[in-house]
Order: sequence, then structure tokens, then C-alpha cells
Amino acid sequence: MTAAFLYTILVLGGLGLVLAIVLFVVANKFKVEEDPRIDIIESVMPGANCGGCGFAGCRAFAEACVKSGNLDGKFCPVGGNAVMSKVASNLGVVLQEKAPMVAVVRCHGTCDNRPTTNIYNGSPSCRIISSLYSGETGCKWGCLGGGDCERACKFGAIKINKRSGLPEVDQDKCTACGACVKACPKSVIELRNKGPKNRRVFVSCVNQEKGATARKACAVACIGCRKCEKVCPFGAITVQNNLSYIDFNKCRLCRKCVDECPTNAIWAVNFPVKVPQQNNE
Amino acid sequence: MKKTFSMGGIHPHDKKISAESAIERFPVLSKAYISMSQHIGAPATPIVQKGDKVLTGQLIATSSGFISANIHSSVSGTVSAIEPYPDIAGNPVMHIIIDVEGDQWDESIDRSEEIVRDIKLTPQEILKRIADCGVIGMGGASFPTHVKLSPPPGKKAEILIINGVECEPYITSDYRIMVERPEEILIGARIMMKALGVSEGYIGIEVNKPKAIDVMKSFSASYPEIKVVPLKKKYPQGGEKQLIDAVTGRKVPSMGLPIDTGVVVQNCATALAVYEAVQKNKPLFEGVVTVTGDCTEQQRNFLLRVGTPIDALLNSVGRLPKDAAKLISGGPMMGKAVSNISAATVKSTSSLLVLTSEQTLRKEEGECIRCAKCADACPMGLEPFLLNKLARAGRYADLERERVYDCIECGCCMYTCPANIPLLDYIRISKADVLKILRSRPK
Repeated sequence: MTAAFLYTILVLGGLGLVLAIVLFVVANKFKVEEDPRIDIIESVMPGANCGGCGFAGCRAFAEACVKSGNLDGKFCPVGGNAVMSKVASNLGVVLQEKAPMVAVVRCHGTCDNRPTTNIYNGSPSCRIISSLYSGETGCKWGCLGGGDCERACKFGAIKINKRSGLPEVDQDKCTACGACVKACPKSVIELRNKGPKNRRVFVSCVNQEKGATARKACAVACIGCRKCEKVCPFGAITVQNNLSYIDFNKCRLCRKCVDECPTNAIWAVNFPVKVPQQNNE
Repeated sequence: MKKTFSMGGIHPHDKKISAESAIERFPVLSKAYISMSQHIGAPATPIVQKGDKVLTGQLIATSSGFISANIHSSVSGTVSAIEPYPDIAGNPVMHIIIDVEGDQWDESIDRSEEIVRDIKLTPQEILKRIADCGVIGMGGASFPTHVKLSPPPGKKAEILIINGVECEPYITSDYRIMVERPEEILIGARIMMKALGVSEGYIGIEVNKPKAIDVMKSFSASYPEIKVVPLKKKYPQGGEKQLIDAVTGRKVPSMGLPIDTGVVVQNCATALAVYEAVQKNKPLFEGVVTVTGDCTEQQRNFLLRVGTPIDALLNSVGRLPKDAAKLISGGPMMGKAVSNISAATVKSTSSLLVLTSEQTLRKEEGECIRCAKCADACPMGLEPFLLNKLARAGRYADLERERVYDCIECGCCMYTCPANIPLLDYIRISKADVLKILRSRPK
């Protein structure tokens, strides 16, 4: 009986030892020399592997950084400047800081603002809806409410509000990886500057129809009247194809356009409630 | 034993309830909305301006590329606008809108009822006339006919098949023209055979249309080169690849075109349009449209001008019942739902179908139980359950290996699925993606 135990232990133990030696020799002989900085950089990355930087994952990003030796055109939107400064110090380069970004839904066609003209009972996917027809409302440009952005988000930051039928972005969870921007077939979602104290001004509409048609389909559509363009003191607003766009790099958040817009298509978020006299602000 | 295609297929109830109502002329309304994108390919370019007077049959927009077609006015009157107007899917498309005044036809059109049997034109002249008259495939895909009748260099047509299958349930427009205008279809077929330089012609008709088979057979006695082939009833026999298989037994290769087997398929309504274009110099601006549904008061077949608003057409079959829920342009299997009823009909509109809320109800989607009913039904030999899973996971390399690009979007898989999985919805999307990837690849 003891012999059986002994043989087993000896045979398996011996086998293990021989194989370990083989593995050790092979591992040393065929060792791939890798820059140790890749491991270091990977360890400071967020590890979400979301692909928001444009590379396959965090390790691919780290490899690309070490290989090129610079940070031109490489930025981890999830980690932001904090992570990128660590990456830069490991690489020995100077980081050009980027303003933090956030996903913004440029449509406010809720059921009240944008009456439905038909009922869709097919597969709930924006891509399928947009390949079939113009959508449940008279506006063929805006949000379809199928939830492709919600499914694309790896951080649970964007959710369809059941009541309005539109997606809402949780600005604290959003990492600006851009997955929702790519998932949206109507290009309703845009990455914009988060802004000081999260304050932002943007045009919440993507309808490029002429004013009357756009207004007929949705009460809060941009009608391309150019009032905002005229009132903006910083030249941040341009109107193209009957649609206004605010350049967030030029916008100084004065909110003159918000008051001027006749359809309330321009939104100002996270500002304190305005008091009538402007001096008090 | 009647012929049919070899793989897959389903047997939906044919519901040809409008079959016995003869073709009636639909009145010309006060406005016509003529779309510039009635065919596959580049939209036509308008050559009239706002305020211009136009005659019925006058050229109002020209072909703007190799795959494109001329468009003619279907009414006489004044052009009131040239602007984007929503089509049946609600997407704005350039339209020429005409205020109708009377019905004055272009004088070059032969309006007599007399049948012209002699084909005087040469093959080149025939092709030019077909292109000039803006004839497109009336079977649904709307491919310009003159392009299809000009095989690419190095390929030779041997056989012409006229598609009188009409395998979609409900639709009876092709059936009516086969019964009422058989000789014109045969002459149209003969014209296309002359243009192609082929000496063998067939007309495929399913056995659920015995009257059409009898009529076509009796008339084809004087056209010995064209044979009537009765086919077993099976959907999607009207698909080009399935019809070639059913009639000749030849198989179109994967990623190939019908011409690779030496066969050209044309719809019987297209044959009629070719006859009218070549023998009567009449451009394609009207066609037969079935307006039907189990719930409508009447089911009728109309000879209808292109650009007639759909809501006016709907009113012609009586009051709609309360539970009418869905309007389909085309058949129930492959037709498109109409979300905008003020949209206008186009050249290839063949049917308008009203379904009730019960008929359109989508049942709750279950889990795939791998019964392989969809794989049995697929006429292209694909495995829809697998394609659906791969499509939802976005695995394009695997989708390419599984030949998703061969899908003809007939909907057999979705029809048979006992778990109500919307297979085709996802396969169609991934097919478009895979084709985009294949096209972007260097040759």
C-alpha cells in the first residue's frame, strides 16, 4: 500500500520536475524582450478596455505609446488628464492637457414636443429602425429611442428615460469614450467640453429641415433662424443647413443665445437659476 | 410532377382575394407627386422648371448615370414645385409636383388599342427606346431594364424567363395583366429576346393561377419560341435565383448574377411596359396596382398613374375598419410598411395591402430552441439562427464565412420561427455591414 503511494508521488513529482526544467529552459531561450515601461503604463491605465482611445484595449494603447515614444494623438478619455500625466511621466514627455469631455444628447424631442405619427412594433434597435424608415415621429433626424447607446455604454452612464423616450447621460459616470457616439445611427450624440463647473451651452437639435418643416415635426426644433448667430458676441455660433451649432472652444457661456432662441432649442445646463438683475449673479 | 426550386421555401396562404376583379382605370387626381428616385441607382435630374407646362408622357427628368432611368410626367398640367417630399418611409426625396389640368397626352404616343405585332427596330434601337421610355423592373427591385438587357462584356445570354410567378400572397396585379393582356406580354418578351439575341424563352406561372396558365398557353401557340412553364406553388419562387433554378435547373453561383448562368429574368409587368415603350412609344408612367386586404370593403385592381397619393387610393376601397393597423406597399412577405400615407406611388408599386392589428401583432420573442426550421426554409441554404446570433454579436469574419451576403431577404426564416425571433431584422443589418467590408477590400 505505501509502495503505491510512494511510486505515485515519485513518478508525478519526477515528471513535474523534468517538465519544469524544460519549461524554464524554453522560456529563457525564446524570451521576447519587451520594454518594461509597457507593463508600468498598463498598470496605471484604468483597465476598462473600452477602446475609447482608438486602440484595441489598455495594453494596446500602452504598447503604442512606448513604441512611438510620444503622445501625439493618443489620449485616454476614461482616465483623463490624471492618468495621462502618469503615462507622460513614465515616457519622459510633457503632456498637453485636454479639457474633460462629456457625451451630450442633442435632441429634446420628447413625446410632448414631438408627437408620434405612427407606431413601430419591430425589433427595438436604432440601427434597424433607421434602416427601415424615418421613425415614429415626423422628424427623421432626431433620437429614435431604440437604446443602441444604452447598450453600447460600458459604464452605465447613458440610460433611456422611459417617460421621455430619450437617453439621459449621467455626467459623473460618463468617461467620454465615444462608444455611444459611434452606436447612434442618427449622430444625435456628440462629445463636448464638460465646461467649468460642468456648465455647458449647446443646441439640442440635429434637424436640418427648413424652419417650417422642422417646427411642424417638433416644438423645440432648431429652425435655423440665425438669431443666435447674430446675438453671439464671440462668433461661436454658426448656422449651416438650417441648423445652428455652438463651437464649445469659442463659447464663453454668456447664454445670450439661450434667451434669444424662439423655440428653446438651445440648452444651458448646470447654471444656477437666473435672477432678473444680471448684476446680482 | 410540377417544377419548383430545389432548396427551402414556405407555403403561406395565397389569399388572392382580388383575383377576379378586372383592371379598372383609376381617375387622375388634382395633383401628382413624381419622385426622382423610383429606381435603384442615381436619382434622375429634373429638366423642367417651376411654372412649366407639361403633357402626359413628356420627359421631365433624365437619367443621371449608367444605373439610372428617365422619368416622364404621368399627368398634364403645370409644375407647381420641385422640392423634397416625404416618401412612403417618411424620408424626404426630391419630387416634381404637378397641378393637373385636363389629360392631354404627348402626340408621339400611339394611344390606339390595336396590337402591333411586327418588331421593326434593331436590337440597339430597342435598347435605346427602352432606356428613353424609362422602363424599370416592375418586380420590386426597380432595376433599370435597359441595363439588365445589356449583359456585361464576356457574358452571353441564352435564355429569357418572364416572371409571372407572383408568389407573394394577396397581390394580383401580374395575374390580371396575364389574363387581360397576354399577347402584349408575349410580344414584349419577343422584343426583349431580340434585344438579347436569344432564341429560348419561358414564362413561369404558379399553378394557383390556372386561368393565367390557360390564357398564356393558348396565345403562346403563335409564339413557338416562348413556352409556358407551370410551377408548383412555393414562396419565394418569384426570386430571380429561385425562378432560374425552377425553370432551367441552373444554379446561380454565390456572389454571382443571374447572367452568370446565361439567363435573364424579367417580370411580366416589365414585358408589358417594354411592349408599350417599343411598339407604342409610350413611356412608363402607369401600372397595375392591387389594393386589397381581408378587412377592406372591396379588393380592386387599378391601372394607376405614377405619383398618385396613397391616401386617395385607400379611399377607393371603401371605409377602413377600426382595427386597420398597418399599410404595406408590396406583398406581406417582402413589402415595405407605409408610415406616411400622403406619400405617392412610384413606377414599381404593385400593391397596397391593409392589415389589421391582429394580423400585424408581433408575438413576444422567445429563446432559439435550435429546431432548424429556419435552416430548412432558407431558399439560399443558409443557417439563419446562426447568422442571427453572429449578427447580434457583431462577428463579421464569421458572418462572411457563413455567406450572409447570399441572403435574399425573403423572410422565410422569420415566417417559420416558432420562437418568434426577428431573424431577418438582424441579418439584414449585418448583411449590409459585410457587403460594405467586402467592397472596401482591395481587389
